[in-house]
Amino acid sequence: MATIAAPTHAGHAEASSQNTGIWSWIATTDHKRIGTLYLWTALFFFLVGGLEAVLIRTQLMKPNMGFVSAETYNQLFTMHGTTMVFLAIMPLSAAFFNFLIPLQIGARDVAFPRLNAFSYWVYLLGGIFLTVPILFDVAPNGGWFGYAPLTTVQFSPGHNIDFWVIGLQVLGVSSLAAAFNFITTIINMRAPGMTLMRMPMFTWMSFVVQFLLVLAFPPITVALVFLLMDRFFGTTFYAIAAGADPLLWQHLFWVFGHPEVYILILPAFGLVSEVLPTFSKKPLFGYNVMVYSGIMIGFLGFGVWAHHMFAVGMGAVADSIFSMMTMLIAIPTGVKIFNWIATMWAGEVRFEVPMKFAIALIGMFTIGGISGVMHSSPPADLQQTDTYFIVAHFHYVLFGGSIMGIFAGIYHYYPKMTGRFMDTGLGNLHFWGNLIGMNLTFFPMHFSGLYGMPRRIYQYDSGQGWDLFNLMSTYGTYLIALSTLVFVWNFVRSRTRGAVAGNDPWGAGTLEWSIPSPPPEYNFAQLPEVTSRYPLWDLKDPSKTAGIAHSHADAMTITDAHAVPVHEETERFTAKELGIPMPLPTAKPLFTAVGLMTMFSGLLFLRNDLFAVAMTITIGGACMFIGGLYAWLTSPLE
Amino acid sequence: MASHAAAAPHTAGADAGHDDGHEHHHYTTTGLDNRKIAIWAFLGSECMLFASLISTYLIYKGKSLVGPFPHTEWVNEAGKRFEPILDIPVTSASTAVLLASSFAMVLALQAVQLKGKPIAATAGWWERIQRSSQFWLAATAFLGATFLGFQAYEFTSFVHEGLTIKTNLFGSTFFTLTGFHGAHVTVGVLWLMTLLWIDRTRGLGPKDELIVDICALYWHFVDVVWIVIFTLVYLIS
Repeated sequence: MATIAAPTHAGHAEASSQNTGIWSWIATTDHKRIGTLYLWTALFFFLVGGLEAVLIRTQLMKPNMGFVSAETYNQLFTMHGTTMVFLAIMPLSAAFFNFLIPLQIGARDVAFPRLNAFSYWVYLLGGIFLTVPILFDVAPNGGWFGYAPLTTVQFSPGHNIDFWVIGLQVLGVSSLAAAFNFITTIINMRAPGMTLMRMPMFTWMSFVVQFLLVLAFPPITVALVFLLMDRFFGTTFYAIAAGADPLLWQHLFWVFGHPEVYILILPAFGLVSEVLPTFSKKPLFGYNVMVYSGIMIGFLGFGVWAHHMFAVGMGAVADSIFSMMTMLIAIPTGVKIFNWIATMWAGEVRFEVPMKFAIALIGMFTIGGISGVMHSSPPADLQQTDTYFIVAHFHYVLFGGSIMGIFAGIYHYYPKMTGRFMDTGLGNLHFWGNLIGMNLTFFPMHFSGLYGMPRRIYQYDSGQGWDLFNLMSTYGTYLIALSTLVFVWNFVRSRTRGAVAGNDPWGAGTLEWSIPSPPPEYNFAQLPEVTSRYPLWDLKDPSKTAGIAHSHADAMTITDAHAVPVHEETERFTAKELGIPMPLPTAKPLFTAVGLMTMFSGLLFLRNDLFAVAMTITIGGACMFIGGLYAWLTSPLE
Repeated sequence: MASHAAAAPHTAGADAGHDDGHEHHHYTTTGLDNRKIAIWAFLGSECMLFASLISTYLIYKGKSLVGPFPHTEWVNEAGKRFEPILDIPVTSASTAVLLASSFAMVLALQAVQLKGKPIAATAGWWERIQRSSQFWLAATAFLGATFLGFQAYEFTSFVHEGLTIKTNLFGSTFFTLTGFHGAHVTVGVLWLMTLLWIDRTRGLGPKDELIVDICALYWHFVDVVWIVIFTLVYLIS
């Protein structure tokens, strides 16, 4: 303990010199840095996907525009969907998983820090692999759900789909590795006293999401393996001429695809469940029910996939079952909405920027949720499917839900991540631009859809009643784009210019706010002993601190002797001074990730009859991958 | 009371913990090692992987437009006869080999657990061999490799009989499903050989029980999957 009582501040300069420079990022195993890498990378891809949206909307601005060709348009809408789902929203959630979960449960890091770095590098490489082809006009062009047999060689002979199938396969590895890591972290790395039912709601929703990832990614992995085998090795999984079932892909894809919807939204639900109590100065209303409804959504999410397929003619029985299941899943979701409203009810509501985004999520997501219930009915769905009505629906839940929630999270946690606030004026400008822009973009799509405008057409004739709605949507998109630029400016500038934030700038109650901002590399100088859901609020409430000390004394006898009651940690030490062993920096996860990506990319050459080249690259990549894995597993972590 | 809580980091209880050299970062909530939980999460995911592969096989069962077929004979346009292609006696033998490997795996784990416990001077050959983790790891890897040998033989003979991965839906689903399983066995054999290598270089002790245990979990899982595949693909026609 002498190390804590008499810290030597001379160590600071030495430690900080090791902690800067590009190498410190390449070799990092610190969950907070990996979270930061995820955040920056995912924001970059968010801008790429947004740019694609701007190009799409420019083409659709007026009837029969010739801004881009039909082929380019196919690539744009495919890559817009793929980028936003797999390269923007999922990794933005992953940024928060990385940064927040260990802090919220009182852990020093994730369970497997190097596996965590591996997940990030695989994501980065897979993202680059998927995105670069659009610069050469060979981007994937089969829609974000890539229906086979459309995506087999017979109908998509180019390399476009090859990039898609390999890229998604590689990204799946990243998501699965991360999911194993976070499941283990949440089950096994919680601080003493952090029972499951005391976990912050973001960690709870993330926990549910990890199970969805673990169970939903294998079916799409298998679907992609079949497609990959069909495209590269001539198998017959999707060959109708050989007797294949044209619905096989659709089933396998949507068994993944629907849980994926909840993978995209539940982290945002978790984030707003942190923001709303903080800015209402009230504990989350109905915590238990919020947990159960999250788990319920996770379970039911696996039983509704075929509502994406009502139009294929599965028969009355299947349609009825999936229709009922879909209506059922609206219940736990509605429960969450009402609990959020009840959290704000009679609270001391402060309309800070994160709070505005959180409230926007409640409103906008509800609109998307209600239109979702509308097409849970097969007869209604048959009218709406493949029209802009569907596009309107899922943008209200994804933009109005996931993106609004993630922005709430970014404004809320920026002070924790960087030690500085984002600018409030620019934040408000971004918020209103975003809110008005999204409604201007997506609300008219309900009408263009009901007037019969199909998805994915690159031109339309005038005189069908679609012109005005399309023009509105396009201007709305421009407004979103402009407000996003305001956000980027604010995000970059505030790192050095923002007002300095302390440990707990918003007066929040959970563990991550008890430590300095940005948190020291070891997170908690001592493992906190947790006695309630909002330990920091208890600390400030004299009537409750008696209870803490009491249960602390009890806990000392039965749990870990090193834990101390939750308190604000204000002094900064180095891990060395505190005697905390930290994971060593290593580039082996990056090396291994490069091996994995190389191994898969060799396949590209198979279809050009360059068998020797393909084999050389693939075997070389495999050797790198296996060698990297052995080097990594045989070297010590700390 | 608030000041008491704030002062708590410096209480004697916490100090003693730091000074006794106990590695407090190894504290886990459940008391289990992280790797043990991760392998179960991984196996859960693997269940879904094989469930998807097996479902596809079953969906496409009997849908092939041309032969050779698994359980029925087929005559092509040229009048050439093809026998039912699956050789159940041979595969039963390879299945028995794989089952035996799971038995060897159990004994390998037991051998590691028994390390460090004294052995009686009068112990017979079985008791001595029971203590040899190297023997049982090698035996497990050998039996796994034998299974792979059977599979290589099966695949080659199918190709000679005119069934490739491109021939029909049966060929595509059969080779992909059993090939995926074979790849899992290959990873398992490499894993076992790595453990054997560690055992030969630095020796596995009682503290290494966990790394053998997670390998065993994986190995038994792969074995169980084969029992499902063997039943659904080979035995039920």
